[in-house]
Amino acid sequence: MNARTTVIAVAACVALGACQSGHDNFDKSTQYGPDPQLPEPSRALLPPMNVSKVVGWQTGETPTVPQGFKIEAIATGLSSPRNVLPLANGDLLVVESKKDGKEPLERPKRKVMDWIEAKAHGGGDKPSNRILLLRDSDGDGRPDSQSVLVDGLNAPFGIALVGDQLYVADTDAILRFPFRVGDTKVGDATKVTDLPAGAINHHWTKSLAASPDGSKLYVGVGSNSNILERGTGAELNRADILEVDPRTGAFNVFAHGLRNPNGLTFYPGSDVLWTVVNERDELGPDLVPDYMTSVKRGAFYGWPYSYWGQNVDERVRPQRPDLVKAAIKPDYGLSSHVAPLGLAFYTGASFPAQFKGGAFIGEHGSWNRPERNGYKVVFVKFENGKPVGQPIDFVTDFLKGDGARGRPVGVAVDKTGALIVADDVGNTVWRVTASATTS
Amino acid sequence: MAELNTRRESGVARVAAPIYLLLFPIPVVLFVAALLTDIAYAKSANIMWLNFSEWLIAAGLAFGVLAAIVLIVEFAASRAIRTGAVGWAHLVLFFLALVVELFSMFIHTRDGWTAVVPTGMMLSILGTLLALAAVATLFTVPVTWVVHRHVEVLP
Repeated sequence: MNARTTVIAVAACVALGACQSGHDNFDKSTQYGPDPQLPEPSRALLPPMNVSKVVGWQTGETPTVPQGFKIEAIATGLSSPRNVLPLANGDLLVVESKKDGKEPLERPKRKVMDWIEAKAHGGGDKPSNRILLLRDSDGDGRPDSQSVLVDGLNAPFGIALVGDQLYVADTDAILRFPFRVGDTKVGDATKVTDLPAGAINHHWTKSLAASPDGSKLYVGVGSNSNILERGTGAELNRADILEVDPRTGAFNVFAHGLRNPNGLTFYPGSDVLWTVVNERDELGPDLVPDYMTSVKRGAFYGWPYSYWGQNVDERVRPQRPDLVKAAIKPDYGLSSHVAPLGLAFYTGASFPAQFKGGAFIGEHGSWNRPERNGYKVVFVKFENGKPVGQPIDFVTDFLKGDGARGRPVGVAVDKTGALIVADDVGNTVWRVTASATTS
Repeated sequence: MAELNTRRESGVARVAAPIYLLLFPIPVVLFVAALLTDIAYAKSANIMWLNFSEWLIAAGLAFGVLAAIVLIVEFAASRAIRTGAVGWAHLVLFFLALVVELFSMFIHTRDGWTAVVPTGMMLSILGTLLALAAVATLFTVPVTWVVHRHVEVLP
């Protein structure tokens, strides 16, 4: 009976031409770098959903780092830490963030996806949506005090310090707080500008970077849908990087067609803005590669009409051949569904020379793929301001069996040259140091 | 002969038959409506019609499963329907319609154009035709099944 059921299921599946093999023979490494292999789109009968149940870190467990490095937890028991900003005096700001509310129920599909996705996120009703200040008074690299710097935020993510102004990108606005390095309190908040949010607010993380001279802010605003299935009205100023004048709040679209841009960072010593982008789902386990790219002013990166240049997405109507023609290819593929959310260039001196100027990328990990991908921090070497070679796994073993002990998000380099990693479902902040330089 | 069959109908069969006739039209109407909204989407590319289709098919399946359960009860309870070819034709056509609409629902969960064109639309057409064919069998069904309560009071 069981065998017969399987045969019927397979036969029906073949008849519909919608089968998807559970075995993924595609070599992921062909999707690293500037010219990723793009297989034909494959559409499963149902979108594969393989989310990792949260199991958390047991005492003494840590992620794995390469030989010559060591990793330790510098803050635990947090409430969904998603981003970190190390300050010049050694203080560390940690952004705790949770999006409140559910997306409106427009289709029965939403209900099922919400139900499955709920297991991938840490529960807990501890207060979140605030910024913590971790202070290391004795200089051993381990913070010894923790205080709440800003409370009552609305799903904050981006954070940038320009002079004595601290900018925080809530999901619905950029806020400015008077703050000097060394302070443990901020002044009163001023709203710089509203940001696209609203009732749907699908991709809600607003990444933030300040230009090197501090005169402009850049904010990443993710799309409100996978591929425009909520109509164009839901996408105003979304899937864009906006350029904001911090004095007036006026903004213009700096680049568009970036489905969910995060990790906005200027390359050290340059005026080139970089981002990591989460590409579209439900075209198969190996489409579309997420990417890291320098962002050209006024450029169109394809979403939703095409991907990786001129590869048209047939799901989007009406089609826009005029825009597709203008779409430019990103700089560097990271392979599909890894969900990069954090990007930091290595500006420290304590890691070996090959790391200098390279990129650390926090990959939150896949859901739309039978075999999981991401769930790690990778490193991409840079030469002359350009990414080269294949990424190397740098912080790994966030997964344990079917479960996720943690998931990396924001990454940053502190004043000692250590790498800081925010782990939102593990509720931990990790610090990676080169073994030789640690005391 | 009809009268003979009627006398053997159990109480369960007599209760299940009218309930079935109440439930069965609901999925049929919803599947027809989903085909219309599929056509509207294919003509307009307005995503609202795709959302309509997805709800209509899902609701059609929910009521369809309820109707199917009652139909199985009716089959178990009524010898008249079990022994007639028309009853079986009705059951097979209706169940096939439900299976096709189930696959159609899966296809309709895709985002955008390929949720309907071409596979979703083809399945909608096939599912609707099967459901309407199941309706057609009721026109020729033996009186013992559909209206046996009326038959029963005859001398």
